[in-house]
Amino acid sequence: MTLNAFYFLSFLAIMSAIMVVLSKNPVYSVLYLIITFFCIAGHYTLMNAQFLAIVHIIVYAGAIMVLFLYVIMLLNLNKESEPHKSNVLKFAATICAGLIMLVLIGSLKGTENMLQQQPAAADIGLVKTLGKVMFTEFLLPFEITSVLLLAAMVGAVMLGKPESR
Amino acid sequence: MVKTVPLDYYLWLAAALFTIGVLGVLYRRNAIIIFMCIELMLNAVNLLLVAFSTYLNDASGQVFVFFIMAVAAAEVAVGLAILVMMYRNTKSVDINILNRLKW
Repeated sequence: MTLNAFYFLSFLAIMSAIMVVLSKNPVYSVLYLIITFFCIAGHYTLMNAQFLAIVHIIVYAGAIMVLFLYVIMLLNLNKESEPHKSNVLKFAATICAGLIMLVLIGSLKGTENMLQQQPAAADIGLVKTLGKVMFTEFLLPFEITSVLLLAAMVGAVMLGKPESR
Repeated sequence: MVKTVPLDYYLWLAAALFTIGVLGVLYRRNAIIIFMCIELMLNAVNLLLVAFSTYLNDASGQVFVFFIMAVAAAEVAVGLAILVMMYRNTKSVDINILNRLKW
């Protein structure tokens, strides 16, 4: 049952990831990417990491993809007449990605016996456990993250302002 | 809840998603699509971190994923602002136009 859900979610995630790359219209790419993100959230739920699944949906599907869609609509990019690379370059890109896949397969093959194949505890991804770790062991990085978000906000507003001299 | 998915399946899935992200960066010329493929690569790594964290019984990995999400949100905000800036100056999001540093 769990294995079937894993296969289904993986298939959907990989197919829609490929469609992100191949679809001509940027708006369709964003929508396929949202499907991929929901599949990854499903994987998190499958691994009993409920907190991260919810945060993933809120942050990615809720905030980041809306930002992408908003920018695409703002720039009026929803026409299909966007530039494409020549076929030689596309072929070279596919070969390069295939080589990277080959390297990853070569380095990961044979590690199955080294890995622990069954999860140890089921309550590692719950809000209680994560909150305890985050607010004791990782308190300083958590606070620094707020400074990072503030800096990003100021930077985005500064960049988005029209130039006035 | 007894899980039957072996850990190496997640390794393969994350490797595939990461490769698709790399392919998208190399394949397309639209800067927004390239940006989305970078998000895809980040998510592949996140998935692997969560998988290892769950199977090795260490909650630090999931906290780390949480921080990666915060960094990704900041990156997207600044990156899209730069893209809007670039579109305002060149009227295009084609990355081949951005070659002025070459001369």
